[in-house]
Amino acid sequence: MNLSNYLVLATILFSIGALTVLVRRNAIVVFMGIELMLNAANLAFVTFARMHGDLTGQVVAFFVMVVAAAEVVVGLAIIVAIYRTRRSASVDDVNLLKS
Amino acid sequence: MTTMLATAGGLLATLGETGRTSGGEAVLFWVLAPVMVIAALGLVFARRTVYAAMSVVLVMVCLAVLYVAQEAPFLGIVQVIVYTGAVMMLFLFVLMLVGVDTAETFTDALGGHRWIAGLLGVGLAAVLVSVSLTAADISPRGLERANAGGNPEAVARVLFGDFVITLEVVGILLITAAVGAIVLTHRQRLTRRVGQRERAEARVAAGGVLTPLPAPGVYARSNAMDVPALGPDGRPLEQSVSRVLRIRGQERPVEDVHAHLGPDAVGSTPPERAITGEEQVR
Repeated sequence: MNLSNYLVLATILFSIGALTVLVRRNAIVVFMGIELMLNAANLAFVTFARMHGDLTGQVVAFFVMVVAAAEVVVGLAIIVAIYRTRRSASVDDVNLLKS
Repeated sequence: MTTMLATAGGLLATLGETGRTSGGEAVLFWVLAPVMVIAALGLVFARRTVYAAMSVVLVMVCLAVLYVAQEAPFLGIVQVIVYTGAVMMLFLFVLMLVGVDTAETFTDALGGHRWIAGLLGVGLAAVLVSVSLTAADISPRGLERANAGGNPEAVARVLFGDFVITLEVVGILLITAAVGAIVLTHRQRLTRRVGQRERAEARVAAGGVLTPLPAPGVYARSNAMDVPALGPDGRPLEQSVSRVLRIRGQERPVEDVHAHLGPDAVGSTPPERAITGEEQVR
Protein backbone atom coordinates (compact mmCIF):
# COMPACT_ATOMS: atom_id res chain seq x y z
CA MET A 1 0.00 0.00 0.00
CA ASN A 2 1.23 3.43 -0.89
CA LEU A 3 1.28 6.21 1.68
CA SER A 4 -0.58 8.46 -0.73
CA ASN A 5 -3.70 6.47 0.13
CA TYR A 6 -3.68 8.21 3.47
CA LEU A 7 -3.31 11.55 1.75
CA VAL A 8 -6.22 10.76 -0.57
CA LEU A 9 -8.36 9.78 2.40
CA ALA A 10 -7.37 13.01 4.16
CA THR A 11 -8.28 15.12 1.15
CA ILE A 12 -11.61 13.33 0.74
CA LEU A 13 -12.44 13.93 4.39
CA PHE A 14 -11.36 17.55 4.04
CA SER A 15 -13.61 18.01 1.02
CA ILE A 16 -16.56 16.44 2.82
CA GLY A 17 -15.97 18.82 5.72
CA ALA A 18 -15.87 21.77 3.33
CA LEU A 19 -19.04 20.52 1.65
CA THR A 20 -20.73 20.35 5.04
CA VAL A 21 -19.76 23.94 5.77
CA LEU A 22 -21.21 25.02 2.43
CA VAL A 23 -24.41 22.98 2.43
CA ARG A 24 -25.68 22.71 5.98
CA ARG A 25 -27.37 25.64 7.67
CA ASN A 26 -27.30 24.49 11.29
CA ALA A 27 -24.44 26.32 12.99
CA ILE A 28 -23.48 23.28 15.06
CA VAL A 29 -23.28 21.01 12.02
CA VAL A 30 -21.22 23.62 10.20
CA PHE A 31 -18.90 23.65 13.17
CA MET A 32 -18.58 19.87 13.06
CA GLY A 33 -17.63 20.20 9.40
CA ILE A 34 -14.78 22.49 10.42
CA GLU A 35 -13.70 19.91 12.99
CA LEU A 36 -13.69 17.27 10.26
CA MET A 37 -11.46 19.47 8.11
CA LEU A 38 -9.02 19.94 11.00
CA ASN A 39 -8.96 16.19 11.57
CA ALA A 40 -8.25 15.55 7.90
CA ALA A 41 -5.35 18.00 8.07
CA ASN A 42 -4.08 16.12 11.12
CA LEU A 43 -4.15 12.85 9.22
CA ALA A 44 -2.09 14.45 6.47
CA PHE A 45 0.39 15.77 9.05
CA VAL A 46 0.79 12.35 10.64
CA THR A 47 1.31 10.80 7.21
CA PHE A 48 3.94 13.40 6.36
CA ALA A 49 5.71 12.72 9.64
CA ARG A 50 5.92 9.05 8.73
CA MET A 51 7.00 9.86 5.20
CA HIS A 52 9.93 12.01 6.29
CA GLY A 53 10.84 10.02 9.38
CA ASP A 54 10.54 13.22 11.41
CA LEU A 55 8.29 13.72 14.44
CA THR A 56 7.67 17.42 13.77
CA GLY A 57 4.55 16.53 11.82
CA GLN A 58 3.09 14.74 14.82
CA VAL A 59 3.89 17.71 17.06
CA VAL A 60 2.17 20.07 14.63
CA ALA A 61 -0.85 17.77 14.60
CA PHE A 62 -0.83 17.95 18.39
CA PHE A 63 -0.87 21.75 18.25
CA VAL A 64 -3.73 21.61 15.76
CA MET A 65 -5.69 19.52 18.26
CA VAL A 66 -5.05 22.00 21.08
CA VAL A 67 -6.03 24.98 18.97
CA ALA A 68 -9.12 23.10 17.77
CA ALA A 69 -10.14 22.47 21.36
CA ALA A 70 -9.82 26.17 22.20
CA GLU A 71 -11.71 27.07 19.03
CA VAL A 72 -14.53 24.68 19.86
CA VAL A 73 -14.91 26.16 23.32
CA VAL A 74 -15.20 29.73 22.04
CA GLY A 75 -17.28 28.82 18.99
CA LEU A 76 -19.83 26.82 20.94
CA ALA A 77 -20.05 29.63 23.50
CA ILE A 78 -20.83 32.03 20.66
CA ILE A 79 -23.46 29.66 19.28
CA VAL A 80 -25.08 29.36 22.71
CA ALA A 81 -25.02 33.16 23.16
CA ILE A 82 -26.62 33.69 19.74
CA TYR A 83 -29.21 31.02 20.46
CA ARG A 84 -30.11 32.71 23.72
CA THR A 85 -30.76 36.06 22.07
CA ARG A 86 -32.17 34.96 18.69
CA ARG A 87 -33.70 31.55 19.52
CA SER A 88 -32.14 30.06 16.40
CA ALA A 89 -29.08 28.00 15.57
CA SER A 90 -29.30 28.58 11.84
CA VAL A 91 -26.51 30.47 10.14
CA ASP A 92 -29.06 32.17 7.90
CA ASP A 93 -30.72 33.93 10.81
CA VAL A 94 -27.57 35.72 11.91
CA ASN A 95 -27.95 38.61 9.47
CA LEU A 96 -27.92 41.68 11.68
CA LEU A 97 -25.08 43.21 9.70
CA LYS A 98 -26.97 42.88 6.42
CA SER A 99 -27.64 46.45 5.24
CA MET B 1 -11.17 11.07 -23.45
CA THR B 2 -8.98 8.00 -23.76
CA THR B 3 -6.09 9.85 -22.17
CA MET B 4 -8.33 10.79 -19.26
CA LEU B 5 -9.39 7.19 -18.86
CA ALA B 6 -5.77 6.08 -19.00
CA THR B 7 -4.85 8.63 -16.35
CA ALA B 8 -7.72 7.46 -14.18
CA GLY B 9 -6.61 3.85 -14.65
CA GLY B 10 -3.08 4.79 -13.71
CA LEU B 11 -4.31 6.59 -10.62
CA LEU B 12 -6.34 3.56 -9.59
CA ALA B 13 -3.30 1.37 -10.15
CA THR B 14 -1.22 3.57 -7.87
CA LEU B 15 -4.02 3.42 -5.31
CA GLY B 16 -3.90 -0.35 -5.28
CA GLU B 17 -0.15 -0.62 -5.43
CA THR B 18 1.52 -2.29 -2.50
CA GLY B 19 4.57 -0.44 -1.27
CA ARG B 20 6.60 -0.67 1.85
CA THR B 21 3.77 -0.79 4.34
CA SER B 22 2.69 -4.13 5.75
CA GLY B 23 -0.23 -6.09 4.38
CA GLY B 24 -2.07 -5.90 7.68
CA GLU B 25 -1.94 -2.14 7.54
CA ALA B 26 -3.40 -2.21 4.03
CA VAL B 27 -6.28 -4.38 5.25
CA LEU B 28 -6.84 -2.02 8.17
CA PHE B 29 -6.80 0.98 5.88
CA TRP B 30 -9.19 -0.50 3.33
CA VAL B 31 -11.60 -1.52 6.08
CA LEU B 32 -11.50 1.81 7.89
CA ALA B 33 -11.36 4.22 4.95
CA PRO B 34 -14.80 3.35 3.51
CA VAL B 35 -16.31 3.45 7.00
CA MET B 36 -14.81 6.88 7.57
CA VAL B 37 -15.94 8.27 4.23
CA ILE B 38 -19.48 6.94 4.72
CA ALA B 39 -19.63 8.32 8.25
CA ALA B 40 -18.33 11.67 7.01
CA LEU B 41 -21.02 11.70 4.34
CA GLY B 42 -23.46 11.09 7.17
CA LEU B 43 -22.44 14.51 8.47
CA VAL B 44 -23.57 16.07 5.20
CA PHE B 45 -26.80 14.15 4.80
CA ALA B 46 -28.03 13.34 8.31
CA ARG B 47 -31.31 15.08 9.05
CA ARG B 48 -30.82 14.94 12.79
CA THR B 49 -27.96 16.83 14.35
CA VAL B 50 -27.33 14.09 16.91
CA TYR B 51 -26.80 11.53 14.14
CA ALA B 52 -24.36 13.90 12.47
CA ALA B 53 -22.47 14.24 15.76
CA MET B 54 -22.32 10.48 16.25
CA SER B 55 -21.00 9.93 12.72
CA VAL B 56 -18.28 12.49 13.38
CA VAL B 57 -17.40 10.59 16.55
CA LEU B 58 -17.07 7.43 14.45
CA VAL B 59 -14.75 9.22 12.00
CA MET B 60 -12.60 10.49 14.86
CA VAL B 61 -12.28 7.07 16.50
CA CYS B 62 -11.27 5.54 13.16
CA LEU B 63 -8.74 8.35 12.74
CA ALA B 64 -7.27 7.46 16.12
CA VAL B 65 -6.83 3.86 14.94
CA LEU B 66 -5.11 5.10 11.79
CA TYR B 67 -2.77 7.28 13.87
CA VAL B 68 -1.73 4.26 15.91
CA ALA B 69 -1.19 2.32 12.70
CA GLN B 70 0.97 5.17 11.40
CA GLU B 71 3.42 4.97 14.30
CA ALA B 72 1.80 7.81 16.25
CA PRO B 73 0.31 6.06 19.31
CA PHE B 74 0.55 9.21 21.42
CA LEU B 75 -1.53 11.17 18.94
CA GLY B 76 -3.98 8.28 18.71
CA ILE B 77 -4.61 8.38 22.45
CA VAL B 78 -4.81 12.17 22.46
CA GLN B 79 -7.25 11.99 19.57
CA VAL B 80 -9.56 9.73 21.54
CA ILE B 81 -9.27 11.77 24.72
CA VAL B 82 -9.45 15.26 23.27
CA TYR B 83 -11.68 14.85 20.24
CA THR B 84 -14.12 12.07 21.01
CA GLY B 85 -13.89 12.52 24.77
CA ALA B 86 -13.98 16.27 25.18
CA VAL B 87 -14.81 18.08 21.96
CA MET B 88 -17.62 15.87 20.71
CA MET B 89 -19.15 15.56 24.17
CA LEU B 90 -19.10 19.36 24.35
CA PHE B 91 -20.91 19.36 21.02
CA LEU B 92 -23.52 16.99 22.39
CA PHE B 93 -24.00 19.13 25.49
CA VAL B 94 -24.52 22.23 23.36
CA LEU B 95 -26.94 20.27 21.18
CA MET B 96 -28.84 19.46 24.36
CA LEU B 97 -28.87 23.16 25.34
CA VAL B 98 -29.70 24.60 21.95
CA GLY B 99 -32.40 22.03 21.33
CA VAL B 100 -32.13 18.84 19.36
CA ASP B 101 -35.40 19.47 17.60
CA THR B 102 -34.37 22.84 16.24
CA ALA B 103 -35.69 22.36 12.74
CA GLU B 104 -32.88 22.09 10.26
CA THR B 105 -33.83 24.29 7.36
CA PHE B 106 -32.58 22.17 4.51
CA THR B 107 -34.57 23.61 1.70
CA ASP B 108 -35.32 27.26 2.28
CA ALA B 109 -32.88 30.02 1.38
CA LEU B 110 -30.64 27.55 -0.42
CA GLY B 111 -32.21 26.69 -3.76
CA GLY B 112 -29.52 26.56 -6.43
CA HIS B 113 -26.92 27.42 -3.83
CA ARG B 114 -26.99 23.82 -2.66
CA TRP B 115 -26.07 22.42 -6.07
CA ILE B 116 -23.34 25.00 -6.57
CA ALA B 117 -21.97 24.12 -3.15
CA GLY B 118 -22.09 20.41 -3.97
CA LEU B 119 -20.28 21.04 -7.23
CA LEU B 120 -17.64 23.08 -5.43
CA GLY B 121 -17.17 20.32 -2.87
CA VAL B 122 -16.75 17.66 -5.52
CA GLY B 123 -14.40 19.92 -7.46
CA LEU B 124 -12.32 20.57 -4.34
CA ALA B 125 -12.11 16.83 -3.72
CA ALA B 126 -11.06 16.20 -7.32
CA VAL B 127 -8.36 18.87 -7.26
CA LEU B 128 -6.95 17.82 -3.89
CA VAL B 129 -6.99 14.11 -4.70
CA SER B 130 -5.31 14.63 -8.04
CA VAL B 131 -2.68 16.85 -6.44
CA SER B 132 -1.91 14.29 -3.78
CA LEU B 133 -1.79 11.56 -6.43
CA THR B 134 0.72 13.42 -8.60
CA ALA B 135 3.21 12.74 -5.84
CA ALA B 136 2.21 9.12 -6.04
CA ASP B 137 5.47 7.36 -5.36
CA ILE B 138 5.61 8.25 -1.71
CA SER B 139 7.38 5.67 0.35
CA PRO B 140 7.55 5.92 4.10
CA ARG B 141 10.95 6.62 5.54
CA GLY B 142 9.58 5.19 8.75
CA LEU B 143 9.76 6.46 12.29
CA GLU B 144 11.66 3.54 13.80
CA ARG B 145 14.73 5.64 14.48
CA ALA B 146 12.80 8.69 15.69
CA ASN B 147 10.56 6.54 17.87
CA ALA B 148 13.46 4.57 19.31
CA GLY B 149 12.86 5.52 22.96
CA GLY B 150 9.09 5.27 22.68
CA ASN B 151 6.79 7.56 20.77
CA PRO B 152 5.59 9.76 23.67
CA GLU B 153 9.17 10.40 24.81
CA ALA B 154 10.25 11.27 21.29
CA VAL B 155 7.29 13.59 20.76
CA ALA B 156 7.95 15.21 24.14
CA ARG B 157 11.57 15.80 23.15
CA VAL B 158 10.48 17.68 20.03
CA LEU B 159 7.59 19.42 21.80
CA PHE B 160 9.58 20.74 24.76
CA GLY B 161 12.78 21.20 22.78
CA ASP B 162 12.06 22.81 19.45
CA PHE B 163 8.55 24.09 20.12
CA VAL B 164 8.70 25.25 23.72
CA ILE B 165 7.71 28.85 22.90
CA THR B 166 4.79 27.60 20.82
CA LEU B 167 3.75 25.42 23.73
CA GLU B 168 3.69 28.41 26.07
CA VAL B 169 1.70 30.46 23.58
CA VAL B 170 -0.77 27.60 23.18
CA GLY B 171 -1.17 27.48 26.96
CA ILE B 172 -2.03 31.18 26.99
CA LEU B 173 -4.47 30.52 24.15
CA LEU B 174 -6.21 27.82 26.15
CA ILE B 175 -6.61 30.07 29.19
CA THR B 176 -7.92 32.86 26.96
CA ALA B 177 -10.41 30.46 25.41
CA ALA B 178 -11.65 29.33 28.81
CA VAL B 179 -12.10 32.94 29.99
CA GLY B 180 -13.76 33.83 26.69
CA ALA B 181 -16.23 30.97 27.01
CA ILE B 182 -17.12 32.05 30.55
CA VAL B 183 -17.60 35.67 29.46
CA LEU B 184 -19.65 34.72 26.41
CA THR B 185 -22.01 32.41 28.23
CA HIS B 186 -22.33 34.65 31.29
CA ARG B 187 -25.87 35.83 31.75
CA GLN B 188 -26.53 39.11 33.53
CA ARG B 189 -29.20 38.96 36.21
CA LEU B 190 -32.12 41.21 35.28
CA THR B 191 -34.15 40.82 38.47
CA ARG B 192 -33.18 40.84 42.13
CA ARG B 193 -31.97 37.57 43.53
CA VAL B 194 -34.67 35.80 45.56
CA GLY B 195 -32.99 34.06 48.46
CA GLN B 196 -34.19 32.24 51.54
CA ARG B 197 -34.79 35.43 53.50
CA GLU B 198 -36.87 37.01 50.72
CA ARG B 199 -38.98 33.86 50.38
CA ALA B 200 -39.59 33.70 54.15
CA GLU B 201 -40.58 37.35 54.31
CA ALA B 202 -42.94 36.97 51.37
CA ARG B 203 -44.57 33.99 53.03
CA VAL B 204 -45.13 35.82 56.31
CA ALA B 205 -46.47 38.85 54.49
CA ALA B 206 -48.90 36.69 52.50
CA GLY B 207 -50.38 35.31 55.72
CA GLY B 208 -51.76 31.78 55.87
CA VAL B 209 -50.29 28.82 57.66
CA LEU B 210 -46.60 29.22 58.43
CA THR B 211 -46.07 25.90 60.16
CA PRO B 212 -46.07 22.52 58.44
CA LEU B 213 -49.58 21.28 57.76
CA PRO B 214 -51.06 18.77 60.23
CA ALA B 215 -50.86 15.11 59.32
CA PRO B 216 -54.11 13.33 58.41
CA GLY B 217 -55.85 11.33 61.10
CA VAL B 218 -55.09 7.66 60.76
CA TYR B 219 -57.58 6.00 63.05
CA ALA B 220 -57.96 2.44 64.20
CA ARG B 221 -61.05 1.91 62.07
CA SER B 222 -59.87 3.53 58.90
CA ASN B 223 -56.06 3.40 58.91
CA ALA B 224 -56.02 5.57 55.85
CA MET B 225 -54.92 9.04 54.88
CA ASP B 226 -58.26 10.19 53.56
CA VAL B 227 -59.74 11.13 56.93
CA PRO B 228 -58.87 14.53 58.33
CA ALA B 229 -57.23 14.89 61.70
CA LEU B 230 -59.02 16.56 64.55
CA GLY B 231 -57.84 19.85 65.86
CA PRO B 232 -57.42 20.61 69.58
CA ASP B 233 -60.99 21.86 69.54
CA GLY B 234 -62.28 18.58 68.10
CA ARG B 235 -63.07 19.97 64.65
CA PRO B 236 -61.74 18.11 61.59
CA LEU B 237 -58.81 19.89 59.95
CA GLU B 238 -59.45 20.05 56.23
CA GLN B 239 -55.84 20.86 55.40
CA SER B 240 -54.56 17.65 56.95
CA VAL B 241 -55.81 15.59 54.00
CA SER B 242 -53.68 15.62 50.89
CA ARG B 243 -54.73 18.29 48.41
CA VAL B 244 -54.90 15.70 45.62
CA LEU B 245 -57.43 13.60 47.53
CA ARG B 246 -59.47 16.69 48.33
CA ILE B 247 -59.58 17.77 44.69
CA ARG B 248 -60.51 14.29 43.56
CA GLY B 249 -63.29 14.19 46.17
CA GLN B 250 -61.89 11.07 47.77
CA GLU B 251 -61.78 12.59 51.23
CA ARG B 252 -63.90 10.82 53.85
CA PRO B 253 -65.65 12.69 56.63
CA VAL B 254 -64.87 11.87 60.24
CA GLU B 255 -68.40 10.53 60.70
CA ASP B 256 -67.53 7.51 58.54
CA VAL B 257 -64.93 6.24 60.98
CA HIS B 258 -66.69 7.02 64.23
CA ALA B 259 -66.09 4.44 66.93
CA HIS B 260 -69.31 3.25 68.50
CA LEU B 261 -68.35 4.36 71.97
CA GLY B 262 -70.05 6.27 74.63
CA PRO B 263 -69.80 10.04 74.91
CA ASP B 264 -67.09 9.86 77.59
CA ALA B 265 -64.73 7.57 75.66
CA VAL B 266 -61.12 8.65 75.45
CA GLY B 267 -58.81 7.55 72.68
CA SER B 268 -57.51 8.38 69.29
CA THR B 269 -60.70 7.27 67.52
CA PRO B 270 -63.07 10.17 67.28
CA PRO B 271 -66.16 9.71 69.46
CA GLU B 272 -69.59 9.15 67.97
CA ARG B 273 -71.20 12.47 68.62
CA ALA B 274 -71.76 15.70 66.84
CA ILE B 275 -68.98 18.20 67.17
CA THR B 276 -70.33 21.49 68.32
CA GLY B 277 -67.16 23.43 68.95
CA GLU B 278 -68.09 23.81 72.58
CA GLU B 279 -66.07 20.81 73.77
CA GLN B 280 -63.19 21.19 76.14
CA VAL B 281 -59.74 20.53 74.83
CA ARG B 282 -58.45 17.27 76.26
